[in-house]
Amino acid sequence: MRKYWDLFIVFLKIGSLTFGGGYAMLPIIQREIVEDKGWATDEEIVEYYAIGQCTPGAIAVNTSTFVGYRIAGTFGGIIATIGFVLPAFVIICIIAGVLQNFADLAIVKNAFAGIRVCACVLIINAIIKMWKSSINDFFSLIIFIAAFFITVVFSISPVIPVLVAAGLGLAGGIILRRRNSPYEKIFANRNDTENTDEKTDVLPEEGDQDK
Amino acid sequence: MIYFRLFFNFFTTGLFAVGGGLATLPFLSDMAERTGWFTYHQLMDILAISESTPGAIGVNMSTYVGFITGGHPLLGALAGTAGLVAPSIIIILIVAKILEKFRNSPYVQYAFHGLKPASIGLIAAAGWSVFKIVALHTDMLGRGSLIDLFNMKSIILGVIIFLLMMKFKKIHPAAFIGISAVVGIVFSFAQ
Repeated sequence: MRKYWDLFIVFLKIGSLTFGGGYAMLPIIQREIVEDKGWATDEEIVEYYAIGQCTPGAIAVNTSTFVGYRIAGTFGGIIATIGFVLPAFVIICIIAGVLQNFADLAIVKNAFAGIRVCACVLIINAIIKMWKSSINDFFSLIIFIAAFFITVVFSISPVIPVLVAAGLGLAGGIILRRRNSPYEKIFANRNDTENTDEKTDVLPEEGDQDK
Repeated sequence: MIYFRLFFNFFTTGLFAVGGGLATLPFLSDMAERTGWFTYHQLMDILAISESTPGAIGVNMSTYVGFITGGHPLLGALAGTAGLVAPSIIIILIVAKILEKFRNSPYVQYAFHGLKPASIGLIAAAGWSVFKIVALHTDMLGRGSLIDLFNMKSIILGVIIFLLMMKFKKIHPAAFIGISAVVGIVFSFAQ
């Protein structure tokens, strides 16, 4: 019960601090989930986030559900999502009710222009933190650069580069595995740490879910 | 019943809009035409509000549309929001369960090896599009001197925040967001 409550409060915070859509959520998630609570690693957050990008719906909602599920099972996923959506729900209802010209107010425009600067810096900072865990060889560097430029130049739906990259990763892995490359070693190391994590964290939660 | 129709319309939007909040826009403009719940002009206002409030842009728009559409505003907002969010929850829970099972499969690991850098590339691209708005006066392109192209106020604030963030890692992002909002108001950043 305690864990659900914690989860709810953390996502309430994340929901109130995510300015400018799903991408701005990452730095807040990093701070709250990875650094403060230690519920997940940077690397896991990137994974949940990547899946949120190529599944239907708002990226921030998808990520909330995913993180919540990994921390506290199905109910955790639902609680996290409600927590994330609630602050915005309240604020939007107030604005729609009494402040319909909200976005035109000079004070709001100025405040938001300032917040946007901060959001930009926060995103850069989040990328720096994520970099080590996700871009660790030549292959991933190329994928990063390609995804960046394709999205910037052609402004296409993010789904396409994400799915193509997953396919390339899969193909690359299958081909390179036969040669016992460093590619494989990265995963070998990673699997070890993953397994120990899951024993301490996830298994008891699954037990709860079955009842 | 209006609540059911709201829920259903936003459910289909949530189900088919892949790739974040702005992907819901085409669905919403289509919804405006079909249902007459709101006009295209209103939709642009709703978008502006959704972008300048916390939370996911698509979810905020669904709350807003639900609120103004009819019936009791709060119930309408609830129906719209629940409709948009429900497909996400269902799909993600299914994907998460499947993934948990195959997590240690090498194939899943390989796919992630490509997925993660692409995901970060997209985040960087989003950062770049915010950066363009923040740091450049794109309307000054080709006019005036080179220095006019840059929004010096924003760049200075950005550099200061970045340095503070690097130096004081313990400070919560919320503090920086609050400070930036105040600086934005005091120095009228929107102009």
